[in-house]
Formats: sequence, C-alpha cells, structure tokens
Amino acid sequence: MSRRNSITGGFFIGLTAFSAFLIIAAIIILLTVIIIGGKGTFSWEFLTTFPYDGMMKGGIFPAIYGTALLVLIMSVAAVPFGTITAIYLTEYAHEKSKLAQTIRFAVRTLATVPSIIFGLFGLGFFIKFVGGGMDTVFFGGQLKWAQPNILWASLTMALLTLPVVIVSVEEAIRTVPRELREASLALGATKWETIRRIVIPGSRSGIMTGTILAVSRGAGEVAPILFTGAAYYLATLPTSLSDQFMNLGYHIYIMATQSSNVDQTLPIQFATTMVLLLLTFTLNLTAVIIRARLRRKVK
Amino acid sequence: MDNQTDKKAFVFTKESLKKKFRWSEFLSEKIITGVAFLSIAIIVLIFFFVFKESLPIFQTRKKEAPKVEQVQKQEQYGEKAKGQTNTSGQEQYGVTTKDTMMIENQVQTADTVTHGSDEATFKSLAGKHWLPVSDNPRYGLIPLFVGTLKITLIAMLFAAPIAILAALFSAAFAPYWLRELIKPAIELLAGFPSVVIGFFALMVMATFFQNIFGYDGRLNAFVGGVAMALAAIPIIFTITEDALTAVPRTYTEASLALGASKWQTALFVILPAATPGIFAAILLGIGRVFGETMIALMATGNAAMTSVNPFESVRTLAATIGAEMAEVVFGDTHYNVLFLIGSLLFIFNFSLNALAEFYVKGKLVKRFQGKQS
Amino acid sequence: MKEVKIKTRDLTLFYGAKMALNSISLDIPEKEVTAFIGPSGCGKSTFLRTLNRMNDLIPNVRITGEVLVDSLNIYDKQIDVVNLRKKVGMVFQKSNPFAKSIFENVAYGPRINGINHKARLEEIVESSLKKAFIWEEVKDRLQDSAMGLSGGQQQRMCIARTLAVEPEIILMDEPASALDPISTAKIEELIFELKKNYTIVIVTHNMQQAARVSDHTAFFYIGELVEFGKTKKIFTTPDKKHTEEYITGRFG
Repeated sequence: MSRRNSITGGFFIGLTAFSAFLIIAAIIILLTVIIIGGKGTFSWEFLTTFPYDGMMKGGIFPAIYGTALLVLIMSVAAVPFGTITAIYLTEYAHEKSKLAQTIRFAVRTLATVPSIIFGLFGLGFFIKFVGGGMDTVFFGGQLKWAQPNILWASLTMALLTLPVVIVSVEEAIRTVPRELREASLALGATKWETIRRIVIPGSRSGIMTGTILAVSRGAGEVAPILFTGAAYYLATLPTSLSDQFMNLGYHIYIMATQSSNVDQTLPIQFATTMVLLLLTFTLNLTAVIIRARLRRKVK
Repeated sequence: MDNQTDKKAFVFTKESLKKKFRWSEFLSEKIITGVAFLSIAIIVLIFFFVFKESLPIFQTRKKEAPKVEQVQKQEQYGEKAKGQTNTSGQEQYGVTTKDTMMIENQVQTADTVTHGSDEATFKSLAGKHWLPVSDNPRYGLIPLFVGTLKITLIAMLFAAPIAILAALFSAAFAPYWLRELIKPAIELLAGFPSVVIGFFALMVMATFFQNIFGYDGRLNAFVGGVAMALAAIPIIFTITEDALTAVPRTYTEASLALGASKWQTALFVILPAATPGIFAAILLGIGRVFGETMIALMATGNAAMTSVNPFESVRTLAATIGAEMAEVVFGDTHYNVLFLIGSLLFIFNFSLNALAEFYVKGKLVKRFQGKQS
Repeated sequence: MKEVKIKTRDLTLFYGAKMALNSISLDIPEKEVTAFIGPSGCGKSTFLRTLNRMNDLIPNVRITGEVLVDSLNIYDKQIDVVNLRKKVGMVFQKSNPFAKSIFENVAYGPRINGINHKARLEEIVESSLKKAFIWEEVKDRLQDSAMGLSGGQQQRMCIARTLAVEPEIILMDEPASALDPISTAKIEELIFELKKNYTIVIVTHNMQQAARVSDHTAFFYIGELVEFGKTKKIFTTPDKKHTEEYITGRFG
C-alpha cells in the first residue's frame, strides 16, 4: 500500500477517534464543572432544609420532595401500562399484523414528541378537559381540579415516560426463553397463566430497568411540568393531589433565569444542578449495569 | 398406585376435553389489547387537544360576516375572557382604560381596535414581529421559525459530524473494550437532563465562548446550538452505530478480500451501505433539537429577531411556548397562538419521525436483501 | 398388541408452503414405549409435537388429517387444547426448569389445576419426584432453585413436573440427548418403569437407546413414515431396505 494512502488512513481513523474523544471529554467536563461548582454548598443540611430569605439561602428539601412525589405517581401510572403494552406486543400481537405495527409506530412517535408538547397536552387535556369536567360534575363549577397540580403533572410525565418502560420491558420479555413458555403450556397452563407465572417473573429485571430509566427521565424533565403543576416557591409540602409542588429541574431553571439575584445564589444553583445530575446519572448507570448483565446472560 | 385414580386432580373424559370458555383468558386478552391501544390513542389525543386549543384563531377568521354579528361575537368573547381574569381582558379589549397611556391606540376607535386585533391575529402570523403582549399584539411566527432553524442548523453542524464519526470509530475501529466504554458513556449522556445542559451552557459555556469570540451578547444562537448538539449527539450516535453494525459482514469481508484496508472499507463500503440509517439518525437529531425547550430557554437569549448572524440572540418555537404559556390568559388569542405553535411542532416532528421510519426502513430492507437491481 | 391409545390418520403438516409431514398413519399402543427414529430433519419431532398440539404455537403451520387420542380427534374444533395438554404431557430435549425452587417447579401443574392446599401439594410433589427417581437426591433441598441441579437431575425433575399433572401419555423429545451416559442410563431406567402406568412416545437419534427402551419403533425419513413395527423386528429384519441402511449406520 502506498505511503500516501496510509497517511490518509491514519488521519481518517484519528479523526473518528478524536470525535469519540470529544464526546467523552464533554461528558467529563460537564460532570466535573458541575461537581466542582456545587460541592462547596452541598451538605446534608442542604438536602433537608427549606429555602428561606426569598430563596437566597437554605436548602432544597421541598424540591427534592416534590420531584420524588412526581416520579412516584408517574411510575404508578406508567409502569403497569407500559408493561401491559409490552406484553401485548410480545405475547399477543402477531409480528406482522397492522395493529401491532401501528402500536409500535405510535410508541416510537411518542418517544420523539418534544417534551413541551406533552406540557401543552397536559394543559389542554388533563387540566382543562378532565379537570374542568371534574369540577363541573363534582364540585358544581368550583375551581379545584381545573388548575395545575401534582396529579396532572405526574400523569403528563407518565405519558412521556411510557415508551421508555415499553421498550425496556419488551426487550426483557424477549429474553425469556421460548422453552419455558412451552414447558408451561405443555403442563396444561393457559396463555395468561403462562404470562402471569412465567413471563412476567422472568422479566422482572427488565421491568426494573424500565422503571429506573423512566424515573430518571421524569426527574430530569422540566418542559412538561412548566405549566401543569410546578411552582416557583411553596412554603409547605404538597399534601394532596390537587396541590402544586416544587421540583429540582424547575428550581434550577427559575433560579438561573428568573431570580432577582442570579449571582448571589450561584452556589445554590450549582449545588442543585449537581444533585439533579448525580441523581439521574446514578439511576442511568444502574440501569446500564442491569441491562448489560441481562444481555450477557442471554448470550 | 391403586388409590391413584381417585386422587386424580383431573379426570379425562369426553366432557373434560370439550372446549371451555375461560373468563380469565378472555378478560386478560381484552384488557391487554385495550391497554396496548392506549399508545395510539395518546398520539391521536395529543394531536386533537393541542390542535383544538389553537382552533379559535381559525374560527375568528371565518366570521368576516356583517359587522353587527361580529361585534356581538366579540362581546361574548370579551366577557368570557373577563370572567377568567379581569386585568388581562381589559388589556386586550378594554381600550378605554389604556388610551391615556398609549398614543397608538388613541388614534383608533375602540371598535376598530378590537376588530383589527382579531383579524390581524391571523394575518400577523406570517409577519415579522412577535409582540404578543403589546397593546397592538402581533403574532409573527417568522422570527421564531428563523430562530429555530438557525439554532437547529448550528446544532446539527456540530452534532452530526462528531456523532457520525464517533459512531464509525466505535463500529469499525475501536477495540472491543473501548467500544464497551464509549457506548454506555453516550447512553449516560443521553440521560443528562436538558435543564442541566441548559444550566451548563448558561453559566459556563456562554462565558467561555464570549471570552474566545469576544461578541457582545453572552447568550445567543451559537451557545444554544452547541448546547443542543450535546443533546442531539446521543441520538445520532446510537442510531448511526446501529446502522453501521447492521451492515452485513459479507460486505466488509468482500472489501477486505479485494485488498482494501480497514479504513477504506469503513469509509467506502460500510458508511455508504448505512446511509439510510444515518439519514434517519440526522432526521431524529433534527427533531430532538427542533423541539428542545429548556436549553433554548436558558441559553439563547430569547429575543425574537430575524437575523442570520449566529452570534445574535434567538427565540425558538418551543422556548416561546415554555416562556409564555405560564403567563398567558386561558382562552385568549395569545394562548391559542401558542397552541398553534405546539401543533406545528407536533406535526413537524411527527413527519420527521414518519419519514425516518418508512422511507429509511424501506431502503435498508431493499439494500440488504439485494432487491435493488 | 395392547389397546391403541393414539391413532393418526393421513396426518399431513405444512410449514408455509413446505410439506414437513406427508400423510402419516400410525397406531400407538397403550402403556408401551414407542420410539421415533430417523435422521435429523426427518419430521419425527414435528410429528411428536402434533400429538399434543404444540405446533399450534408456531405461525404458518397447517395440518390436515386426524389424530385420535382415545378415539377422540384432537384437531376437532370442539377440543380444549389446555385440557388436552394435561392429558398428553411433554418432556423436552433441553431440560427447561423454571427459575423457581424445585418444589415450585413440580407444584406448578397442580397449582394451575387449582390445588393450593399445602399438604396436598407436598404429597403430590413427593410422589412425583419419587416416580421420577430423584426424590432421594433432592428431598433435603426442595426449596433450592432448580437451576442448581445437574443436567440429568434437571431432566428428571422436568419429568417429575410432567408426572405431577398426572397425564396418561408422555411425549419425550430426545430427553437424553444432552446428557452424559450415567444420566442417560437413569432416564432409560425411568422410562422402563413409567411404561407400567403411562403410554410413552419417545423421539431419539440414538438407535441403541431406541432398541433398549422401546417396544415399537417407527422410522421416519424426509417427512414420511417408512416403516413401523415391533422394535425387535425393525432392528433385526426390517421390511424396507432404507430402514436397514439407516439402522446399520450407512447414512444419517
């Protein structure tokens, strides 16, 4: 091979390697900068106290609490529905049927819909249509549910995370060997009994991965809750589903763009961002590890 | 063994082998199928409700009927708005309270202003001015479109080459252990919340770039675009990598057997064979950037300007919804226009996804199954 | 010959457009062991799976002809496949224990039949494991995962699991093909014992095994039933030249 050729080749391979390096470097820089900026303010107290002095001082406990509550309600809605959809796609649908393909297309579309659209939908559907309907029917037109609250925000977030659950669970169900299904059926179990006793227990790790990924996604997304329930500041924790709530991501956004004194609260902002970043990072890392193990097991 | 038969749980007779109707089977199948329908229903509902909230804009335009009727209608509308919040209703329709302050409005009579604002709403959509909260609100979408396209272009100029080259590195050149590190790392990048990337861009990148390039506005399309590239890279990388590794090994082997080197095979055989997949990756990357809200809100400066300069501030479609929806009055024109923007975003994204899905899939199948003549 | 338990008439099976079984007619006698032999891909496993309708699970399979179990056509529209499979049990080539304890594996069938009484389940599990000659080996670790058993133990446990449903017929699809000689010998001994109470149909690629355990042997070749008769006769004086060639190892 000619010398010039091998120089071009070396340059080209070097370029691809450099691109990969750039991405990894960006990840490391981002993590490092946020951690360096935040670790000075970060403490146990920061996690467990309320903000005070117009959010200039204090901790972020209500934002953590609100985020946790949000992802909890969200998971309660998204995980069962996502799991059932995955069961349909793997166990009931014929691979080539029009219906199954349409559902798959819908799931993929759902995964790419911009998150702000979910916020609009939450407003138009949950708050105005469902909430408004509830108020008219049950509360005689009194305003209770037709306004932003944690329930509507969680349900909006559940729609956003539904595809995450479906994809993970589907992948896991496909790792349950056909031989086990056959064994169960050969023992006289019906299809549903086989799914309930063999397939679902066999895909527990996938359901867990899906839940973790959904929780991570739900904890980090802000756009869907901008106008479906997140609040700038609340003196008390939410106690009912019709309460508004504080949220880590929203807190970062507000503090960084709307607060009266951005510079003075910068350490708090960094520390809050660090908490959110490390939270989602840890969750995703757990999911990656569980999935890698699962894949290795199949091989 | 003798007492076996009477202990039997199940005795086989002609009767027992008769087809049985099982409620649990029937119900579980129906329920599971029903739930699976939900995904389709959600897509339809999203489109329906987002579009529905933008409909009044089109309705006001249709009633270019006799003047009397129009005034009546507007009165009703005004009342409704007032019922929800008084102050805003007055700002929009109660010109009398404001006429002392605004010179522009003093020239016009109350009737023409209301009349004007309704029709103008629709006409102004194609205009160059996005001034939704002024006294003569104008809803020109052009600066928002320009801003969104500009930032998408900048983001893709960074994200597409880097992600595609990195994917090529991972699929064709990297040793196994390195690939097993790169892929999860990029998966983790995909999990970074966009508000965190936005914060990083706002606080760190903006200052950094300003020091290098020395422009005036800290926040602009360039900073936003680079930040969005971080959000788009994982999507482009993952789909490209999948497409590259899906290229049949016979292609590679044939090329290597002909004496081509590893890099020549990668560049001239594997990469071209995977073009439909890479095309899909870029489409989905564009979709991701186009609809990204938090990074746009935090890092672009949010001024609705129609300019091509990458170092000027922009306001994207998605950021406009995010910034203004919380302050808007339910049911007023501004609210409807924001939903219209949402509908446009949704339609655009849906089309991109559909294009990536059907066009690309068809091509790939044809190519790898050798149906291409 | 004893009474006929399973009778097939002109059984033909297609995978899509490909014919996998061509008009098989065969009588399988009760409480004896019938072996199916033939080179791989000859349709013997496919045929076995038609006897408890396991092929229903595979898309694009079309079946014509009849399979009569106790003179009841199991491909009749009125037949309940779930209950049919309780009557016609199956043991697979690769042992396939569930990721549960040994106890729960064996108790799976009875539980599905609605038996939840603990003492009753224990009784069934014990008697099934005893019948499968594995009770002594596992009685002290019934609550351990079945995945921890050796390959041979797993297969015998799978047989016990099938016995716990109390079928009348047991179909075995190369049950010892993945096992070492000692485990294989144990399975063969078990088959010999089981035929006192069950009708057994076994697919095997191992001719010595067929000769050792079976009373009747059917030789399949490319989807056709070439010859069927007493094992002794098939292995000593087969009617067809083809059979003789296969048995003497000239092909396959």
